[in-house]
Amino acid sequence: MLRLARVVIYAEIQVPLFGAAVCAGFPSPAEDWIEETIDPAALLIANRPATFLMRVDGASMVDVGIFDKDIVVVDRSLDPRHGDIVVAVVDGKRSLKRLDMSGDVPRLSFANASLPAFVAAELSDALIWGVVTWNLHRLRTR
Amino acid sequence: MSERVLALIDGNSFYCSCERVFDGRLAKRPVIVLSNNDGCAIARTAEAKALGIGMGAPYFTIRDLCRREGVAVFSSNYALYGDMSARMNEMYRSFSPDVEIYSIDESFLDLTGFTRRDLVAYARDLRETVRRWIGIPTCVGIGRTKTLAKLANRIAKSIPELHGVCDLTDPDAYDHWLVRVPADQIWGVGPAHAKRLAAHGCETVADVRDLDPRQARQSMTVVGERLIYELRGISCINLETVPAAQKGCAVTRMFSSRVESLPVLEQAIAAHATRLAEKLRRQALGTDHVSIFYHTSEHDRGEPQRSVATTVSLPEATNDSLALARAATWGARRLWRDGYRYSKAGVMTFDLVKLAFSQRALFDGFDRERSTALMGAMDACNHRFGRGTVVPAAANVERRRSWSHADTALYDPPGRAAARERLGAMICRVCRS
Repeated sequence: MLRLARVVIYAEIQVPLFGAAVCAGFPSPAEDWIEETIDPAALLIANRPATFLMRVDGASMVDVGIFDKDIVVVDRSLDPRHGDIVVAVVDGKRSLKRLDMSGDVPRLSFANASLPAFVAAELSDALIWGVVTWNLHRLRTR
Repeated sequence: MSERVLALIDGNSFYCSCERVFDGRLAKRPVIVLSNNDGCAIARTAEAKALGIGMGAPYFTIRDLCRREGVAVFSSNYALYGDMSARMNEMYRSFSPDVEIYSIDESFLDLTGFTRRDLVAYARDLRETVRRWIGIPTCVGIGRTKTLAKLANRIAKSIPELHGVCDLTDPDAYDHWLVRVPADQIWGVGPAHAKRLAAHGCETVADVRDLDPRQARQSMTVVGERLIYELRGISCINLETVPAAQKGCAVTRMFSSRVESLPVLEQAIAAHATRLAEKLRRQALGTDHVSIFYHTSEHDRGEPQRSVATTVSLPEATNDSLALARAATWGARRLWRDGYRYSKAGVMTFDLVKLAFSQRALFDGFDRERSTALMGAMDACNHRFGRGTVVPAAANVERRRSWSHADTALYDPPGRAAARERLGAMICRVCRS
């Protein structure tokens, strides 16, 4: 299930972006420098009227890095593509799924190894509500 | 006939459609939304209408029907509807350089300059984009005047074959529909006017259009006269003159020049809120929320663009200029950001209640008796000396004429310290021409 978060996205804040990518492997000797400033809201929200924030409830998408209580950014103006994480409406219920268009018919799958791969045989009885563009995952526990 | 082309776009069963966007199980079920305090049905989907649920039906009279027929019943959620409305209007601004918000779900788009064939395709594209991006089904009516656009919208709604778009700037469509649509479908024609029109032998919209305007003025005042010109394609209705509809109303304006400072914006917002409150008081209506928006202009290409909107809740319904102006300016201040040149601002409400019957707040309510006296005095002054004579100090807008004026307190009920305190916050400028 997904719950709609109260979406008020008016806090434009410019934050400097450090040019050198943060190293997630071995440290790099390069020095950090400020390359540009970024508005986090503008980065997350490309098309404001069509963008909705939703809070994730459940663990069906942990294999793509979406966890319980995360907030996903959903853009309804995008055309869904193979491999997209989408908000799907199956039997009237809203949920996160991965869109698989590799076969003859598009299919929706969970992203959790402990769950069955496919939920809907084909898309005829499901609806794609929007495409997930970002996931906001809190790393520091409160 | 004017060369102007106006489109009126509105959401179908708007509040219900908003609820449907977020709950896929509602797609085929009848849905209704109830007014403040769950009093009566204020929005119904086509399925709910088909069950015989009337507009404004008190909930207790339809509760059993709703249970039996599986109607999904919602309390109104104005924060949600306000957000969806702001999204739609933001989208409209990428389709038209001039968008005028009429109510929470109705906006006029100026489409002057489009050739007729492109027009319908453009309107369809607009509808389709709103449906896809935001999820709300809409209808679009196109005409030379606001009255014709509104009429076209009604036709688009009731004739499924039109697929949600009716264009009355097309002479064939204009001739076809005006002789077929009953006169009481015209915007602003209530039961009283409909009777008078019938007395003139008017059955269809075309009959009304062909009346002699001067005669109409005698029996139906200047309102009737304007209506006839509007139906002929001659624009003469200013939205300001249209009374507040029960479903809410808006006061919006372009600034005479771009606004770059917060105090100037606050003044404009306060002035809009004051006008809104006046409109409500004329009909003894009140509101328990006020929505404000302001944005830069699409015409200023290359300049940073910004558009903001928010809804401020009040503890209970009111039509007090001071309360509404204070709430509206508070909202405007919260959203303010320097460095933009704003071109337009507006104040809206989405649901109006008869003030006398509205539920009172347990805590932090307004002093209605005092407010009624104060607002009554304000309206009386404005009626006698002209609109804008007495306004809250916060809304002290610049005037075009030069005034000889004196700063004076307006109303001081003797011996009431609280009232005086309030006056301190509201030094009115009394101007006489």
